[in-house]
Amino acid sequence: MSDNKQKARREPMPKQKVEDRVKNFNEVALGYSEEQAKSEAERCLQCPKPLCVQGCPVDIDIPGFIKLIVEGKYTEAANKIKEDDILPRMTGRVCPQEEQCEAKCILGIKHKSIAIGRLERFVADYEAKNSEVKAPEIREGKSKKVAVVGSGPAGLTVAADCARMGYDVKIFEALHKPGGVLAYGIPEFRLPKEIVGREVETLKKMGVELECNVIIGKTITIEQLFEEGYDAIFLGVGAGLPRFLGVDGENLLGVYSANEFLTRVNLMKAYKFPEYDTPINVGEKVAVVGGGNVAMDSARSALRLGAKEVHIVYRRSRQEMPARNEEIENAEEEGIIFDLLVNPVKFLGDEDGWVKSIEMLKMELGEPDNSGRRRPVPIEGSEFLYDVDTVIIAIGQNANPILLDATPEIKKNKWGYIDADSETAKTSMKGVFAGGDIVTGEATVIDAMGAGRKAARAIDEYLKTGKW
Amino acid sequence: MYKILKKEKIGPNLNKFVIEAPLVPKNYQPGQFVVLKVDEVGERIPITIAEADKNKGTITLFVQEVGKTTYKLGELEAGDSISDVVGPLGHPAKVEKVGTVVTIGGGVGTAIVYPETKAFKEAGNYVISIIGFKSKDYVMLEEEMREASDELYILTDDGSYGKKGFTTNELQELESAGRKMDLVIAIGPAIMMQRISEMTKEYNVKTIVSLNSAMMDATGMCGGCRVEVDGETKFACVDGPEFDGHKVNFDLLIKRLSTYEEQEKKALDSYHRCKIEE
Repeated sequence: MSDNKQKARREPMPKQKVEDRVKNFNEVALGYSEEQAKSEAERCLQCPKPLCVQGCPVDIDIPGFIKLIVEGKYTEAANKIKEDDILPRMTGRVCPQEEQCEAKCILGIKHKSIAIGRLERFVADYEAKNSEVKAPEIREGKSKKVAVVGSGPAGLTVAADCARMGYDVKIFEALHKPGGVLAYGIPEFRLPKEIVGREVETLKKMGVELECNVIIGKTITIEQLFEEGYDAIFLGVGAGLPRFLGVDGENLLGVYSANEFLTRVNLMKAYKFPEYDTPINVGEKVAVVGGGNVAMDSARSALRLGAKEVHIVYRRSRQEMPARNEEIENAEEEGIIFDLLVNPVKFLGDEDGWVKSIEMLKMELGEPDNSGRRRPVPIEGSEFLYDVDTVIIAIGQNANPILLDATPEIKKNKWGYIDADSETAKTSMKGVFAGGDIVTGEATVIDAMGAGRKAARAIDEYLKTGKW
Repeated sequence: MYKILKKEKIGPNLNKFVIEAPLVPKNYQPGQFVVLKVDEVGERIPITIAEADKNKGTITLFVQEVGKTTYKLGELEAGDSISDVVGPLGHPAKVEKVGTVVTIGGGVGTAIVYPETKAFKEAGNYVISIIGFKSKDYVMLEEEMREASDELYILTDDGSYGKKGFTTNELQELESAGRKMDLVIAIGPAIMMQRISEMTKEYNVKTIVSLNSAMMDATGMCGGCRVEVDGETKFACVDGPEFDGHKVNFDLLIKRLSTYEEQEKKALDSYHRCKIEE
């Protein structure tokens, strides 16, 4: 193969066959083989000033770990990533690399960028498969205690970093299982739950305590945590409250928020009902409203639960969809139907209160809005009826009020999220830090981890100096 | 794991549990509930806390066996454990001195109305309690309610104990007798709360109800518990569970409560069949 040709070819991701995968919840992407990983890694130019690292919210030494793959040192490569990213098996799977590291890759200008995420996943899986759960080195014990509220990506990162610095760390989780959105939100076919479990095991080996079934703001308040002797508190509680469209008929039976639908499936394992006790209703024709990753996850889950026809209903065009391209492609391959430039204005039900149709309005694209995406404008008089059995609303989330209602000392911004410094994660309450979706609104796993990383540094600084 | 310290059968398919849940009583106030899950494969269900003991770290729950989860719970004994208990959840009842308060409990709803009856009495109100049950076997918390209130009326549907009739009949009598009522608290089956709210709307007496919609996380995250109050969508878990009865869309609540009727029946049937085969 000529050098140029080799540079141009990006190793494809092996996947489960479409006809098989729509019938199971197993992971769709199967991961690179060793040969594929090596061949892909060899494409890397090893730039002296790597742009890819600039695109990474946690500054992973990307050329460094790729070089180790070329040398066949996979475990070392995984450990190199773990210096900056404690959850590489997750980020390798769910990071939007095409907008981050891979978007900056110099090869992407003329050819195709290096598949950094796939390589990350390969080495992290390799390491997990071939070695025991191992706690990273921990610095000498410090006497201070850190409470971490929420065990999603932000909380896990803060816990790991603070534990490594030698602090006593305890995580409080509201649900009965740790992981936050990794456990209840992202489906098994995209992120196997075994991975979340193993990462939590690693934390425990590092001496981090975890207590589930504790809702901070209800079971214990922030003030009580300080009274119990915690010196710093990190809030990584996630965004939480599902947003609805605010149109008539949204409370009809068979209309779900994506949060509820996905939690029933992922956390409660409703796909194994009645072996598991939690039920779910999926009719023959399902409409998922929204165009993000959560909408794709919901649509693909509905398909696996036996729906005959699953539609994505989105008010803009495909170009404006916030979902990752990879996820849109997976959905298309699996036969999800995309109904674009339409918006529900009303849900209609039968006499028992079950949703049976949606009144839709056709849209066209107008001028760009604040997000830079072209604004959808309704076409007057274009209403039409659209039959459905199940509707899933996946249009984002609002801030969860529980903790903030109980703690008025913590200032909120105008959207109801926590007003925290973007560099230090400090809130308006002394000793309390916050990061992840509860600060930024719905964002990505790696953004939350990046925020957690910064927060851990700021917590260390605060606990050393006492300066706020 | 959360250990069952005491279990007492207090009626047909009705049990009282004292469960060790050390963190729950700490901030508990009347009106709040817990979410529990019996075992690894279990469903999460909300149950209102009847009593919480801060010193012992225990909570008391009255649980009617209606579905698979509550039947599974009913089979456990003192010494057994359940996998998850989390709380206290929801806003506490707003307890204040208003004058004369009528507290109404329907069936197992009596267990929820009991701590509020006590709290309203302690706040200096004159408390009239009305509790109604299917029949004599189902009567619960009679002594406790008698002690907590100034007047107590007990009714059964079939007249096998107390007066024959429904809680609505007794409320009607109080109204006809010209009794002063400043606030009504009604907790029981949705249909009872609806009837009471319709009556008190006519009487022009403020009425608080506690809504029992289906919940999963009960922290506002899923939205499954949504109800319509004054034409607006509210989440019973974080906005409630108590609401102004005159503003609740009960028809919608009752319909939404039937969402999983079919699956629940299926789950319960297969559960009972397994039990017979065992």
